[in-house]
Amino acid sequence: MKVGIPSEIFPNELRVAATPKTVKRLQKQGFEVYIQHNAGIKANFSDKDFEEAGAKIVATAVEIYGKSDIVLKVKEPAMEEVDMMKEGLVMLSYLWPAQNQPLLQKLADKKVNAIAMDAIPRISRAQKMDVLSSMANIAGYRAVIEGSYHFGRFLNGQITAAGKVEPAKILVIGAGVAGLAAIGAANSLGAIVRAFDTRKEVAEQIESMGAQFLTVEINEDGATASGYSKEMSKAFIDAEMALFKAQAAEVDIIITTAQIPGRPAPKLILADHVAVMKPGSVIVDLAASSGGNCELTKNGEVYTTDNGVTIIGKLNQLPSQASQLYGNNLCHLLDDMGKAEKWKIDMEDAVVSRAMVTYNGKINWPPAPLPVSPAKQKVAEVVVEDPKVVAARKNKKEATSMVIKLSVIGLFLLMLGQFAPSAFMQHFTVFVLAVFIGWQVIWNVSHSLHTPLMAVTNAISGIIIVGGLLQTTDDLTSPMTIIAFVAILVASINIVGGFVVTHRMLKMFKK
Amino acid sequence: MTIGIQTAAYVFASILFILSLGGLSSQESAKRGVFYGIVGMAIAILATVLGQGVHGHVYIMVAIAIASVIGILVARKVEMTSMPQLVAILHSFVGLAAVLVGFGSYLDPKTHVLSSSEHTIHLVEVFIGVFIGAITFTGSIVAWGKLEGKIMSKPLLYPGRHAVNIILLIVCIIMGVMFAGQEGTDGLLYLYIMTAIAGFIGVMLVMAIGGADMPVVVSMLNSYSGWAASAAGFMLGNDLLIVTGALVGSSGAILSIIMCEAMNRSFFSVILGGFGAVAASGDAAAMEGEVTALNHEEVADLLKEAKSIVIVPGYGMAVAKAQYPIYDMVQTLQKAGKKVRFAIHPVAGRLPGHMNVLLAEANVPYDIVFEMDEINPDLPETDVVMVIGANDVVNPGAQDDPSSPIYGMPVIEAWKAEKVIIMKRSMSVGYAGVENPLFYKPNAEMLYGDAKDSVEKILGFLKA
Repeated sequence: MKVGIPSEIFPNELRVAATPKTVKRLQKQGFEVYIQHNAGIKANFSDKDFEEAGAKIVATAVEIYGKSDIVLKVKEPAMEEVDMMKEGLVMLSYLWPAQNQPLLQKLADKKVNAIAMDAIPRISRAQKMDVLSSMANIAGYRAVIEGSYHFGRFLNGQITAAGKVEPAKILVIGAGVAGLAAIGAANSLGAIVRAFDTRKEVAEQIESMGAQFLTVEINEDGATASGYSKEMSKAFIDAEMALFKAQAAEVDIIITTAQIPGRPAPKLILADHVAVMKPGSVIVDLAASSGGNCELTKNGEVYTTDNGVTIIGKLNQLPSQASQLYGNNLCHLLDDMGKAEKWKIDMEDAVVSRAMVTYNGKINWPPAPLPVSPAKQKVAEVVVEDPKVVAARKNKKEATSMVIKLSVIGLFLLMLGQFAPSAFMQHFTVFVLAVFIGWQVIWNVSHSLHTPLMAVTNAISGIIIVGGLLQTTDDLTSPMTIIAFVAILVASINIVGGFVVTHRMLKMFKK
Repeated sequence: MTIGIQTAAYVFASILFILSLGGLSSQESAKRGVFYGIVGMAIAILATVLGQGVHGHVYIMVAIAIASVIGILVARKVEMTSMPQLVAILHSFVGLAAVLVGFGSYLDPKTHVLSSSEHTIHLVEVFIGVFIGAITFTGSIVAWGKLEGKIMSKPLLYPGRHAVNIILLIVCIIMGVMFAGQEGTDGLLYLYIMTAIAGFIGVMLVMAIGGADMPVVVSMLNSYSGWAASAAGFMLGNDLLIVTGALVGSSGAILSIIMCEAMNRSFFSVILGGFGAVAASGDAAAMEGEVTALNHEEVADLLKEAKSIVIVPGYGMAVAKAQYPIYDMVQTLQKAGKKVRFAIHPVAGRLPGHMNVLLAEANVPYDIVFEMDEINPDLPETDVVMVIGANDVVNPGAQDDPSSPIYGMPVIEAWKAEKVIIMKRSMSVGYAGVENPLFYKPNAEMLYGDAKDSVEKILGFLKA
């Protein structure tokens, strides 16, 4: 099967859907790989790199779309690209199906089987193909780096001979993958990090990354079954805005990551929030492409407001790194779909059926909902009993069973005493007491010494030699002496062997 | 030597034996414990030999001398990895001695002058002593064979084996009743028959027990050997034997209980056998996810990045004798500033405490060796868990799959760590014959190959 990778035609798209490394992987999966001339140039991959990895270079996009069975892309195709596609082609790329109805229609009309990488359900099994996660991870990291570049001060606090430097305060809004990556990066650069999210369940994740979890006093949880947040009530939003305003005056860098799939990004940082920010502060808006979380964000631009706040509406995509991760995601998906030899579009598969937004000429969107996410299931309240009552009941039960046991033992001893001669009873007394002593002593033996314990008890059980000793006579021909001789022999091996081996073992234990 | 002094010596020896076992409560006092044991044994033997009514001193000395040489040679030569076999075969010696002493006591003319009720009691004691001794003898030999690999470790099960065992037991009791009714040494035939049957029971008992349960079997046989000594004490009217036998007997019983608890199984189900053959195949298909394997260099890279590492050794480490290179690796990692610890499951290996002994042999200091319960709470904060030749003791099925035969057994929760590396010879099941879902977890990686080989290669990459 042939896999083709065209150049991205959108001017700001620097990534490419394959790198030399993923080309090798694709070949291992059994695919023939064709790549358009200079497709990787913006991500620092030359045609030569691709050729060395085993891909064949093709001059034009028309050839790619004409030859390939599967096409890998990054950005959703433009209409003129769709025109080049042939019937039955499988295309993997970002599609944003909710916003791009006309595009879906056109793909369906051309009978292209399009897989929207952004529609891969976010379940555990599909994590390795989740491009939103892998790209968000890059964005979160980059947000901190670029924010700090425009900020112009240290992020960490320092006390130097030249004076004291206060650490920068960073507010991260939205603790998805991007938000958490940003928290991690900011934290490791030494900044004081605070984070806000409407979902209460992420508080723990925020704290685990080293940020302080900010919350409003209204008890409303924004978590939904899809794992994304829902839009909140008016009272909640008012409280949230007040919180952001207070924070805006205090923090140095705000990183916003709040997005709701298929809808414009919520406006969280209003013009009057920006107005109270200190000159030199920075806002990094990761939602810029879907309208921005900040009212003043200009998509694709970095500019400074009148009061000296820099608002960043575009980020370097780290094209080389991003292409690598994106390419890996694609490889994982192809792997899951059976590689080249067992290639199959399995519409029963939970992942494929949801991401395959057009199939056999039909639009397959929106997909059936699939509840995601680690959200803990609400456990039914268990009636908790008072531990004291439980303990008392257990105590009583134990006491009863103890009384029964003791009575049985007492009865048995009484019977024994009735019939057995007194000499036997004396021995029996010794026996019972010895069992009890052994029982008490052995429980204290440390677990790690169980093997030496066994060897030592082994040696000691060689005490049976005493029996042999008592039975030996001077007459070597008598069967009793022979038997006793053998008994002494084996018992002594036991004694000597057991002690020597125990000693050897214990010598090895050292602190 | 008068009877009084002899008794005093016996009491003293008993005290020393108790102190000896008590000494094993910690590593520091353990060596002293062995010393007490040796002194106690010497006193006991001397007091007996020098006491009244002992003859044939020459023969006694010859026997002890020969035995000492054999004992020392064997104990010196044995490798720590084959410790379970040695312990098992030594148990069989005690069993054999108990049988011989029983026969000797029966043949001893002195016992024939006892009054009739005392005589009957004595015969019963002889009978029971020989019975326990014979089971211990043959059972231990089979256990030795299984551990040594001379007998297949799979449990030998046939339908109706419980019924057969019960019938044999009843036959033994009938033999006993007839034996007790005979005058002089006329009952010898019954004693022979019973010994043979008891020996057979011993064989079948251990044959029916699977390899994974060997720690229980060995400690159980340890217990039997104690009871056999105790029974000999009763027949000879010797309190020292009774006391010592009882100490050993309860020690073995406790060990068996600890082992059973560690595997979450009732003592009886282990003794009656039949574990390890069930389940096995059918479950394999139900595994979800995929198994991913790493090479040695990748493992070394993972270790280089990790801050805290926990190593879970198992029988595979013992087989490969990998403890030395493992400790080399641990030292290398420690020098790089990493926190490295060992986690030992109570039933890892084929003998209680087996792993501890092996690690001690390689000079691993015991303060970095932890028990399962100590380490489990730390595992979620651990970067890498290396499972070296262990399988069932890290099986998550024990916690979340009620259909698993080992469900409910406490296990080391290796899967809670960031990353788990499982070093194994193949994908085959563990001794319990149960598929391990751990291998299919997304954070688990396999590293195939002999444990020693693999560790040495990793060590190479770590030092490079």
